[in-house]
Amino acid sequence: MTTTELGYATPEAQRAPVVKLYLGIGLLVFAGLMLVGVLMRAAQGAAMLTLAPDVFYQLMTLHGAGMVGTAGLAALAVNWYFLSQHVQLNPKIFLATLLLSLVAVAMIVGSILLGHFAAAWTFLYPLPAFSLGQWSKGAALTFVGGLLLLGVAFLLVYLDMGVAIVRRYGSIARALGLPMLFGREPIDATHSPTVVASAMVLIVNVAGIAVGAIVLIMTMLHLIYPALAPDALLMKNLIFFFGHVFINATIYSAVIAVYEILPLYARRPWRVSRPFLAAWLAVTLMVLAVYPHHLLMDFAMPPWMAIMGQIVSYASGIPVLVMTAFGGLMLVYRSGIRWDAASSLLVLSLFGWAAGIIPAVIDGMIHVNLVMHNTLWVPGHFHFYLLLGVLPMVLGFASYLCANGQQGRTGLVAVAVYATGGTLLCLSFLVSGALSVPRRFAVHEESWQWLGNVGALSGGIVLIGTLMIALPILQKLPRARLASTGIGARA
Amino acid sequence: MMHISILLISLLGMVFIAAVFAFVVLNSGPRDEDYGGISTRGYIIRRWWMIGLCAAGVLVSVWSLIPFPLQASSAESPRIIQAVGRQWSWELASNSVEAGEPVRFRVTSQDVNHGFAIYGPDDKIVAQTQAMPGYFNDLDVTFEHAGKYRVLCLEYCGVAHHAMVTEIAVTEKH
Repeated sequence: MTTTELGYATPEAQRAPVVKLYLGIGLLVFAGLMLVGVLMRAAQGAAMLTLAPDVFYQLMTLHGAGMVGTAGLAALAVNWYFLSQHVQLNPKIFLATLLLSLVAVAMIVGSILLGHFAAAWTFLYPLPAFSLGQWSKGAALTFVGGLLLLGVAFLLVYLDMGVAIVRRYGSIARALGLPMLFGREPIDATHSPTVVASAMVLIVNVAGIAVGAIVLIMTMLHLIYPALAPDALLMKNLIFFFGHVFINATIYSAVIAVYEILPLYARRPWRVSRPFLAAWLAVTLMVLAVYPHHLLMDFAMPPWMAIMGQIVSYASGIPVLVMTAFGGLMLVYRSGIRWDAASSLLVLSLFGWAAGIIPAVIDGMIHVNLVMHNTLWVPGHFHFYLLLGVLPMVLGFASYLCANGQQGRTGLVAVAVYATGGTLLCLSFLVSGALSVPRRFAVHEESWQWLGNVGALSGGIVLIGTLMIALPILQKLPRARLASTGIGARA
Repeated sequence: MMHISILLISLLGMVFIAAVFAFVVLNSGPRDEDYGGISTRGYIIRRWWMIGLCAAGVLVSVWSLIPFPLQASSAESPRIIQAVGRQWSWELASNSVEAGEPVRFRVTSQDVNHGFAIYGPDDKIVAQTQAMPGYFNDLDVTFEHAGKYRVLCLEYCGVAHHAMVTEIAVTEKH
């Protein structure tokens, strides 16, 4: 790090404590919500457990909202930690985001467990107002208000990140590398991929959360004044834009762990280049444009949007497969890399992300969507992204920061257990989808139940793997001196 | 058959990616200090990989989008059947259809979003669309075989979502 960079960077002593809080809370919540997922699959299997449908749908709402929110916060911690090496961020704002998020979580959990709210994390309008007695208007307002507060919390830290980036780089476009991409400035090999990714995340997620806020406020107004009923298709567009952008921004935030840590293990640089910058610009635009692939079965949508949804769905996978996954593999090839928990998790995360693209892109085809939409195929592909992509990025980050990746043989065994369980779980979803098993069904027909049991057992294996990785980290976390550079020297 | 083909194609793609990762992991050592040489060769592979993916994308897009898969059927006057979803039941203007008869389901909802999915006698999805309040989605279906078909809701709509089922009896053509 040069003297100039040090001048911009957030002091190390200020960065660590808040990141530790994010990681500690995140790992515990992930494990808890995995258990909820296992219970749901077991209930669908009907051999080990039965759940009343109202309880199942409450748990489904908890699992969805919890996992998306926690993944978002954990990925934010990755992004914030590494961006703070390049720009001066305010740890108090980062802490305020966490505290606001915890209040939001309390509202969301309370609305579900006490208020019995169960309209799924996507709160698809106008379902929150049509509970037929299952939950009250107050519970729905509390859930929607909780999500809104979570969005405000994210916007708060994004504002700080945006100001800090502009202060150092002049503009978000310059941080994204556009002047270098279009030849107005020479390629600066020292420009960090973290800064490029952060700029992309800022652009898309501020837009996504802003749209989310609009749809949440409209939902609240509808709950309070039922006569004020917005157009259902418009609301669906807004919800899926928000949801798609938010979860994508989560992946693109978490992948910064790969950009920052894998080069240290491989002792090779991951530098920006014109193709790299072009890929990130393309991803920025495509993440904003691809959401209509969620609405392929809404025939009232203009056909050009369905066509755009299919084509952009395919195209948006290319930068991942060509730049990030391929770049990561090139870094590892004949590098003499030290395989430990952190490096294994980071490479696993690239595999999960890349492999998940295949079923996602195939489902993005209109022909296929006609028979796969809203079957368990959908959680099949997004669990590849999230369970085998984002979560290993976060776990790899945590393992590296707290233990320098050195969790011994147990760490490697834990990663193998996690990867095996995760792959089996995802495959159980995909096979279910191919057999037309619907998603979000509390009760499964007898011929589908064996897949629920396979899913529950696989989920149990994932949970064991997660605990094997996370518990030693959590033990070390309070006193850990976070490592940020120099793995090569330590290896 | 289509469902299984989709699964097999996906698995094939994922196995290919797994094989590439396995190859690299197995060849992660010993260390080659000439990263410049590795990256030069890598960039050539990457360029062809990129060209291949783009070409495949164009081919698949043209093949799968022309003609547009959601356009109305060419049948001049398909039989129209109104289908209305509500928490938690389906109301079909008719639950009886002849095999080979072009049918257009005009699908809507009276309350929240539902998913109108037709399951064949083999319990596989034949076709689907969304049932939305304030909108009509036209789903054209020609049932090829006689038998008992079912309509399930595939958009989560509340506590009895999984029980929102009705039947369509498809009879032999007279």
